[in-house]
Amino acid sequence: MGFFSRFLIPNPSPVIYSSMVAIGVTVLLIIVGLTHFKKWFFLWSGWLTTVDHKRIGIMYLISALLMLFRGGVDAVMMRAQLAVPDNKLLDSQHYNEIFSTHGVVMILFMAMPYIMALMNFVVPLQIGARDVAFPRLNAISFWLFFMGAMLFNISFVIGGSPDAGWTSYFPLAGNEFSPHVGTNYYMIGIQIAGIGTLMTGINFLTTILKMRAPGMTLMKMPMFTWSALVTSIIIIFAFPVLTVALIMGTMDRLFATKFFTMTEGGMDMLWANLFWVWGHPEVYILILPAFGLFSEIIPTFSRRNLYGYRSMVASMVFISIYSFFVWTHHFFTMGQAAYVNSIFSITTMVIAIPTGIKIFNWLFTMWKGRIRFTVPMLYSIGFIPLFTIGGVTGVMLAMSAADYQYHNTMFLVAHFHNVIIPGVVFAVLGAGTYYWPKMFGFMLNERIGKWAFWFLTIGFCLAFFPMYITGLDGQARRIYTYSESTGFGPLNMISFIGATLMAISFVLIVYTIYYSIRHAPRDVSDDPWDARSLEWATHNPVPEYNFAIIPQVNSRETFWDAKYKGHELFKGDYEKIHMPNNSGVPFIMSCIFFVFGFALVFSIWFLAIIGLIGIFVCMAHRSFEIDHGHYISVEEIKETEAKFGGVNKWK
Amino acid sequence: MKTKWVLLAILSTIVNVLSGCESLAVLDPKGPQAQTQANVIWLSIAIMAVIVIVVCAILVFVLTKYRDSKLPKEYEPPYIEGNHVVETIIVGVPILIVIFFSVVSVISNNKVEATPEGYKGQDPLIIYASSSDWKWHFSYPENDIETVNYLYIPTNRPLEFKLYSFGPITSFWIPQLGGQKYAMSNMVTTLHLAADESGEMMGRNANFSGKGFAENTFHVEAMSQDKFDEWVKEVKETAKPITEVRFKELLKPGHEGQLTFTGTHLDFSSAPEGENAGHHHGSSDSNANSKGEHMEHDQEKSAHNHE
Repeated sequence: MGFFSRFLIPNPSPVIYSSMVAIGVTVLLIIVGLTHFKKWFFLWSGWLTTVDHKRIGIMYLISALLMLFRGGVDAVMMRAQLAVPDNKLLDSQHYNEIFSTHGVVMILFMAMPYIMALMNFVVPLQIGARDVAFPRLNAISFWLFFMGAMLFNISFVIGGSPDAGWTSYFPLAGNEFSPHVGTNYYMIGIQIAGIGTLMTGINFLTTILKMRAPGMTLMKMPMFTWSALVTSIIIIFAFPVLTVALIMGTMDRLFATKFFTMTEGGMDMLWANLFWVWGHPEVYILILPAFGLFSEIIPTFSRRNLYGYRSMVASMVFISIYSFFVWTHHFFTMGQAAYVNSIFSITTMVIAIPTGIKIFNWLFTMWKGRIRFTVPMLYSIGFIPLFTIGGVTGVMLAMSAADYQYHNTMFLVAHFHNVIIPGVVFAVLGAGTYYWPKMFGFMLNERIGKWAFWFLTIGFCLAFFPMYITGLDGQARRIYTYSESTGFGPLNMISFIGATLMAISFVLIVYTIYYSIRHAPRDVSDDPWDARSLEWATHNPVPEYNFAIIPQVNSRETFWDAKYKGHELFKGDYEKIHMPNNSGVPFIMSCIFFVFGFALVFSIWFLAIIGLIGIFVCMAHRSFEIDHGHYISVEEIKETEAKFGGVNKWK
Repeated sequence: MKTKWVLLAILSTIVNVLSGCESLAVLDPKGPQAQTQANVIWLSIAIMAVIVIVVCAILVFVLTKYRDSKLPKEYEPPYIEGNHVVETIIVGVPILIVIFFSVVSVISNNKVEATPEGYKGQDPLIIYASSSDWKWHFSYPENDIETVNYLYIPTNRPLEFKLYSFGPITSFWIPQLGGQKYAMSNMVTTLHLAADESGEMMGRNANFSGKGFAENTFHVEAMSQDKFDEWVKEVKETAKPITEVRFKELLKPGHEGQLTFTGTHLDFSSAPEGENAGHHHGSSDSNANSKGEHMEHDQEKSAHNHE
């Protein structure tokens, strides 16, 4: 009994019990459904073992939508709790768990995989490649992310959720003040997912540098590919810091080391520094690909080339380097001297310059264009003013003397949601709609999509603008309740209404997908938006090998040139195509990682050792495996291409 | 016509919101540091509002002029690579703004990190503010008294708060007096404040510190030096002395009302500064420093301040 009692929830509530039941029922339904429709083999051979970048991208997308739901439920519960003064909906402990998981889930398990989904799906197509450089590593990346996310998510039904905030500052996150296993989940779940992300960075850096189609020099790459390249470099430099910090934190919690403790030479400030040395570049890991996506959408729907391509590239490269020199602004109030604060205050403000350049470049791209108001374009247009507001409040926060008043308040909360939602979320929702036909071969319904956009935008404004005001009125962040005398009540109620509208918007987005699956016509052309870059030069949906013939690139907008300026995109004849083989090892190894992580969370050492051995066995298996991939024959290519209307129709 | 109304509506909302801001805690300063910060905030809001309006104006212009439905059918957008003049402007203007803000930032940083202007040369009142789960302990070494969860301060005298924590990182914040600073277990941080006028204010821990965080607030009252001296005198006559046993009890996680003691806990549990700072690995077990040593250290410190 002693062994099993560790899995109990320390702070149970009816909500948690009902989620347990819901999770159980869902898992059961999935198993029954798969068995009933005889889909186990399809699932295994088509998805679980796949190394195809497009399918991995789609799996990232599904995971991201699931996590958006989870994080969104957390968000609505928080806003409901704060909607009225002295509310009793949640108690302090639950509220603390919810905002901690909301942060982690939204940043690491929603925004990151959403970006990864689009990077995976789009980048190889944009550079005219057949897959990423290391397809199997890509599968490992996805499955490690997925297992890390699942491990983190089961915390609220087994053992208890982390409750020290998404930043998990020590000593609060140490054993003394967070005795239950929640923070172990945080340390190990993020660790496993983070290893996956690091591999993605390496993979995409190699892919973009080595696998571009002939003629595509660096300065002819589409902007999203540029952003993916820069992001990969940031990942490679930033994520090892997180890995090390998490190992130190895990050791403190499991093996009583003293890295971040209050006594015996430990230093709590070290965690804050390490966390943000990773954490601030992480912000740019999210926002740069989002910028890249807007740079694809806006030219397409303005029917114009991207304005100021060179300055766009230069500003991204500048941001990538600079993002490592601003981390201290997350704790101006930690007691360093005015001198240090001044330096980081200036570096932080400087980073606004390249961001401003990009905003103006997008505006000038629309200028003299021919603007069509489609759903992806609406998100891009909404992004510009809202992100500008988020950006300028960022500059306000950068002034450290004033930051003493903003820090730890709702003002800060308003600011970072004001950059992340219009920045990242609008980008991935817009790009999700934009690339949907490429992924699935049909369009999402525009009318419902526009409703979803308006609900989201208006809901966003109602939810977050009042926070700037309550922050300036002294409402600290992360408080689970406040008294009526503070006067925060009415504005928090408006925030709750806004959150509700955003929730409705999520329902509408899911409904668009459902509606379009049922009703959308399946005969969309390969290029439904009249787009400009290479990914639209192949078929809808994309065949396994992406391009029957590797395209010849002549400019930044090769596909546009092929359509309207007579550029010959595909030269030569079909040749057999070499493709990588599927493998079950990434999935199996990640499952073992999950077991290993779970064992570590609960300090079940024998299981942890078995897990560790299993992981090494999987790696050893790969070393001794002989797998040269397979070839797709010319006949097979001809057959597929005939079905889609042939490769050379753009001539 | 429609856009005009929309713009008018937006403008009137902004005006309304801004005029309502006067009563917000941070923008209603009661001391020189909060005043400096409020000035910086207002200045930045003003300039930032201009930037947002410019961006929105360009956006609205572009969207109305170049929308598909408004353009003639044969219109084909041109290919424009970029323009040096335009690019110089969109780089140059932000650089000028950043330079301006950098100067403002450096000046204001140095202001809030020093004894407030107009108070220089005065002998500051040093108050040790230490946090434990989920309380604030205020020790007045000069007056040899200690309070819990409430803070009385004299007006027109510089205040020097020495902050540290007996647990998680907390943040000492009195919005109307000035911005916050962390209190941590391994070192003492200093926050310079002062109150210009008497009155009651809200103070709180702003940094999340666990279950009791929301209620981790304290009551602040600024009063004239005479009234403050009177209060000190009264405390000395009525309050009980703080003992090590009682203090240890107080450190246990939980909430307390407002308490008052004579003496300070610094007499038996010194702050993590100087020799006792956590980063001095050798002295980590010297928590039980002798009282004499500590007093000596303290005198040294105040002597330094008198200069």
